[in-house]
Amino acid sequence: MVSILSIIVSSALIYSAPLVFTALGGTFSERSGTINVGLEGTMVIGAFSSVVFNLTFGDKMGEITPWICLLVAAVIGALFSLIHAVATINLRANHIISGTVLNMMAPALAVFLTRTLYEEKGQTDFIKYSFGKTTIPLLSKLPVLGPIFFKDTSIVAYVAILVSIFCWFVIYKTQFGLRLRSVGENPQAADTLGINVSAMKYAGVLISGVLGGIGGAVMAQSVSLNFSATTIAGQGFIAMAAMIFGKWNPLGAMGAALFFGFAQSLSVIGSYVPGIKNIDPVWLQVAPYFLTILVLMLFIGKAQGPAANGKTYIKSK
Amino acid sequence: MSMKEKTKNIVLPLVSVFLGLLLGGIVMVAFKYDPIQGYLALIKGSLGNTFYIGETLRHATPLILVALGFSVARSAGFFNIGVAGQVIFGWLFSIIVALQFAGLPKLFLVPLSLVAGIAAGAIWAGIAGVLRAYFGTSEVIVTIMLNYSALYLSNYAIRQILTEGDDATPKIAKNASLRWQTLTEATNYSTIHMGLVIAILMCVVIMILMQKTTIGFELRAVGLNPFASEYAGMSAKKNIILAMVISGGLAGLGGAMEGLGNFQNIFIMSSVPSTGFDGMAVALLAGGQPLGILFSGLLFGALKVGSVSMPMASGVPTEVVDIVIASIIFFVGAGYLLRYIMERLEKHKAVSATIVLSETARKEGE
Repeated sequence: MVSILSIIVSSALIYSAPLVFTALGGTFSERSGTINVGLEGTMVIGAFSSVVFNLTFGDKMGEITPWICLLVAAVIGALFSLIHAVATINLRANHIISGTVLNMMAPALAVFLTRTLYEEKGQTDFIKYSFGKTTIPLLSKLPVLGPIFFKDTSIVAYVAILVSIFCWFVIYKTQFGLRLRSVGENPQAADTLGINVSAMKYAGVLISGVLGGIGGAVMAQSVSLNFSATTIAGQGFIAMAAMIFGKWNPLGAMGAALFFGFAQSLSVIGSYVPGIKNIDPVWLQVAPYFLTILVLMLFIGKAQGPAANGKTYIKSK
Repeated sequence: MSMKEKTKNIVLPLVSVFLGLLLGGIVMVAFKYDPIQGYLALIKGSLGNTFYIGETLRHATPLILVALGFSVARSAGFFNIGVAGQVIFGWLFSIIVALQFAGLPKLFLVPLSLVAGIAAGAIWAGIAGVLRAYFGTSEVIVTIMLNYSALYLSNYAIRQILTEGDDATPKIAKNASLRWQTLTEATNYSTIHMGLVIAILMCVVIMILMQKTTIGFELRAVGLNPFASEYAGMSAKKNIILAMVISGGLAGLGGAMEGLGNFQNIFIMSSVPSTGFDGMAVALLAGGQPLGILFSGLLFGALKVGSVSMPMASGVPTEVVDIVIASIIFFVGAGYLLRYIMERLEKHKAVSATIVLSETARKEGE
């Protein structure tokens, strides 16, 4: 029993971690009033850059490589999301169109670069240094809970949970967070109070690029272990769903991402788990999507997101 | 004299296409490919002979239909970002009907399969329309969620229901196919099919529907100002649902083209078909105008088909064309920049014109 639970928990955590990071990213962007449907593309770029860096410098850096790759993916993700920031904030582009550009551009660019870097192959080799499984000292010695939650588990997932708590603190308990939210709710009012609206919006979008890039890197370095066009297949959109499910609150987004990760992992390991053995994996695959629609329909409606979300702010002269 | 808005609506997309191709060229140079060889291969591989022309026309067919669908919802103020999912369902159900009623004569079977595709797409998009109308849920989110649901459900149906664990359904019978022997032979056995005629016809139908009928007027009115149109006695709820149903129906028809015309079956897919987002790109480039959609659909069809020949003929990876397409849409989306530059140029011209005029006047006075 404990071993089955341990498998369920650790695989749920592995699949959740990328979603948690990316959903947090979405939260920052939308809190600043910029809809970001380009999270999927940002994840693709993050996954690609982390794998390339891992393959190139892995042997020099050893075991720490995947963590360094997260930082690389964060920087590249931020640079990539700059396209979205410039387009929506300065060039007044429609947020959905601009986000769609990211989603079209990312796989095109990443596969193009993969072909130029790796002798025209559409996918990279497998990385040597991945996140793998970690046993957390001390905590793993706890009776019952230890083996289930802290033995052979995904350490990145715990980092993701800590990061969500930190993000919650930033958004709700700091001056920066208050300003970010006020820009997303009412940019005119924020502007009259002397807040630099476009700077806050830039911050929101770039942070979403950082976290989305990290999310993609986590996915590539703990699940797919290489990069191809299908490394990221809808996770960005699930992360977006998690953000909405969590009502644009970092902790809510984290909870939803953990749940969606759990559902995704069940569709993979379901055949080992008694009770759901006979459920076809397709229902677990579509569950996150259907649940999101249901939650939107029943509980959230239209009035829950930031009030000025998706609207371009044009400063009056 | 300021440039007329109409001229701008034609010039801006052309400039965007030019800039997109330019950027693609720069990317090729940056990675040590020969852009001239690359683009020559692209042109040869899309228009070089009758076979390639046939392929280009075939690729443009679903793009045009999907773009029409996207733009109907767009002019009513909705973002049907889920056209890809509606394409899958249209494709799936057209194949199901074609396989189920394979015994029917062609005259009945082809229209019946097409209608099945339209209905499947319309219902899938209609869900988003109904939810938007009655619960206020964002159609963007709902259609995104429906995209991946359609993908997984379709894969499930192919593996578990339509076949016994196979990755593809059997091919449809000849009397369900949109291929026309004469056309196939005339284009040296390309995959061109009669769907092209349907696509062109639908451009005309949608143009008339949106510009000349009460239905189209109401849809556009709701898109421009939902409150005013409600006040004028139009039902916002009805129009929301109608817009999404028409939109999804056209996307579903686009999917049926892939099934009955191009592939003649349906298979397991690992991601949503690119027809969806490419079709959106076609609509955005055309600014939602049906005639423009016809042209931009042909352009993107040529780009996509031509890109396949690029690696063999010039060593340039196929994906460069997707970079070009994404950049074109970036420039279209950021049209504010191009408009701003154009207005500046005009002002500059106007100012220098006045200076010239006043100077000649002065000289004449002397």
